[in-house]
Amino acid sequence: MSNSSLLLDDPGWVIALKGLLIFVLCVLLTLLSVWGERRIVARMQMRLGPNRVGPFGIVQALADGVKLALKEDIIPKAADRAVFILAPIISATTCFMAFAVIPLTGKVNFFGEETVMQLTDLPVGVLYVLATASIGVYGIVLAGWSSGSTYPLLGGLRSSAQVISYEIAMGLSFVGVFIYAGSMSTGDIIASQSTWWNVVVLFPSFAIYVISMVGETNRAPFDLAEAEGELVGGFHTEYSSLKFALFFLAEYVNIIAVSALATTLFLGGPSAPPGLGFTSDWLGGWFSFVWFFLKVFGFFFFFVWLRGTLPRLRYDQFMKFGWKVLIPVNVAWILVVATLRLMTQQGASQFMIAAFTGGVVLAVLIAMSVYDLTKIKAEERSRYVGEMPEPSFPVPALPSIKKADE
Amino acid sequence: MTGESALFWALAPLSVAVAIAMLFMKKAVHSAILLAWVMITLAIFYIALEAPFLGIVQIVVYTGAVMMLFLFILMLVGVDSSDSLVEKIKGLRSVAIFTVLGFVAALTSLIARTDNGQAPVGLGEANGGGNVQGIAELIFGDYVWAFEVISALLITAALGAMVLGHSEKSGVAKSSQRARSIARFRGKSIATAAGLPGSGVYARNNAVDLPALLPDGKPSDLSIAEVLHRRGDVQETKSYALEGLPKIDEEGNK
Repeated sequence: MSNSSLLLDDPGWVIALKGLLIFVLCVLLTLLSVWGERRIVARMQMRLGPNRVGPFGIVQALADGVKLALKEDIIPKAADRAVFILAPIISATTCFMAFAVIPLTGKVNFFGEETVMQLTDLPVGVLYVLATASIGVYGIVLAGWSSGSTYPLLGGLRSSAQVISYEIAMGLSFVGVFIYAGSMSTGDIIASQSTWWNVVVLFPSFAIYVISMVGETNRAPFDLAEAEGELVGGFHTEYSSLKFALFFLAEYVNIIAVSALATTLFLGGPSAPPGLGFTSDWLGGWFSFVWFFLKVFGFFFFFVWLRGTLPRLRYDQFMKFGWKVLIPVNVAWILVVATLRLMTQQGASQFMIAAFTGGVVLAVLIAMSVYDLTKIKAEERSRYVGEMPEPSFPVPALPSIKKADE
Repeated sequence: MTGESALFWALAPLSVAVAIAMLFMKKAVHSAILLAWVMITLAIFYIALEAPFLGIVQIVVYTGAVMMLFLFILMLVGVDSSDSLVEKIKGLRSVAIFTVLGFVAALTSLIARTDNGQAPVGLGEANGGGNVQGIAELIFGDYVWAFEVISALLITAALGAMVLGHSEKSGVAKSSQRARSIARFRGKSIATAAGLPGSGVYARNNAVDLPALLPDGKPSDLSIAEVLHRRGDVQETKSYALEGLPKIDEEGNK
């Protein structure tokens, strides 16, 4: 039975309760992930991290949240008031919406109602997540513009260009999954991964999605919209108190949302890892919730790991990478996937499929070696650019000498 | 009243009001936000009319990409500038009024010919094999030729924009970061390797082979690594001594 038909007969109170549960879960996860991120980054930097409030410092994020809410709320004089208030609201509301289509468990018994922990199963579910993400960016861009100050404006501009570019790469990485699953609904995509997870079958799509999801959520090493070293705080420089807290919340919910989407599209969603299929009946199906969140936490750890390891990219390199590497590679990969899919659908022989795969691999190898050869030549050509001129620049007179004469 | 018509009567007046307000906004970014809202309500209507794919694509493409590009340009204008309302090209107003009248006439004749109040026909048939599959069949089956022609046109336009916007760079190829780094270390002294001191720093050089100056202006031999002495990479330290500073004895008194 597919997810959409299971969800069809949900009474209103089940839907309302599910919506509330998802909201509470997201907020709790934000608190936990703020604490988790600080602890993990601290370990990576040989520190301890927050360990005072509550056991292992686990309530630290809650205490910080309360403190943030009690701070003075400043709206700069130069700001555009209406848009300045609207921007964090857009950010914080849209980030939750993605969770409506993501199945958090397999089939479970929810207070006597046979259902799935998923609010709705749209036939275009994955595109819906992309749509909510694209509205969420308005929050960042408008925050940057409405602050009426230079650094936030630059942050907002960067963010809008960045998200447009990486949304294309992200959307293209979905295409392989759509072709393979024959559907855009999250429930059907999970069902199509019952034998092999998409991370194995469509590894290039997975790699591109993982890179572009970091770009899409403005996280290190792609956090150019709020680069502390260059733009103070970027788009949220002028924000304080609860409005800043909303951006903070949106950032972490977004991280969890893109991780949950990656889990759904490539890691089989709430289904158990291979070899542990017998666990899917534990606790009346509720145990799949544990598998789902273990996968999501894996992605979250990866986010933190990236932040603790990699320096921030230069902006032009970042854009070049998106447009000149991710998108062309993705388009070429989609062509390969579509051809293979068509061949299997039309009943091509095993030999033909193997020959096509071999041909593609050979073509990639040839292209790579040709690229390598030309790269070596270019490097040799630019190897010696002549000697640098002796540096010289005017230095002001040393004031100490003057004083000595007096 | 069905759920769909309730949604329509709640959202339609709002979206018309927002569309009218969009025309009267003084700041271009406010207009852009209101336009984005009109686009989102349109998408909601599409979804309510059982065209979920069209609705979602409307948001992703128009609100997410097209409006975002608009905003990108508008933001360069800055927060406190309002649009000038002076007519710069003469005679535009009459042309605009004429065009609007023609558009209203065309729309009225179109709406008048619709069959209001009748039940929709063929919706279940069109969505029978799934909404997305139905659209895919139309685009890549019946209308594949028109679709390909339009995409060729769009690509031509994009390439044309790139050619027109392209500016010629000077013929000399820019040396790579790696090449410049090598060249720095092949210079005469290590001074070229270390680069210049930061602005506002009272130093003429910034290199490991140059001595630090003691408070009385004497160069300190201790400040240069022994390795550099052995290699003979050290410059003559005496030439860096500062003259005319007050003499300081061992206790630090003048």
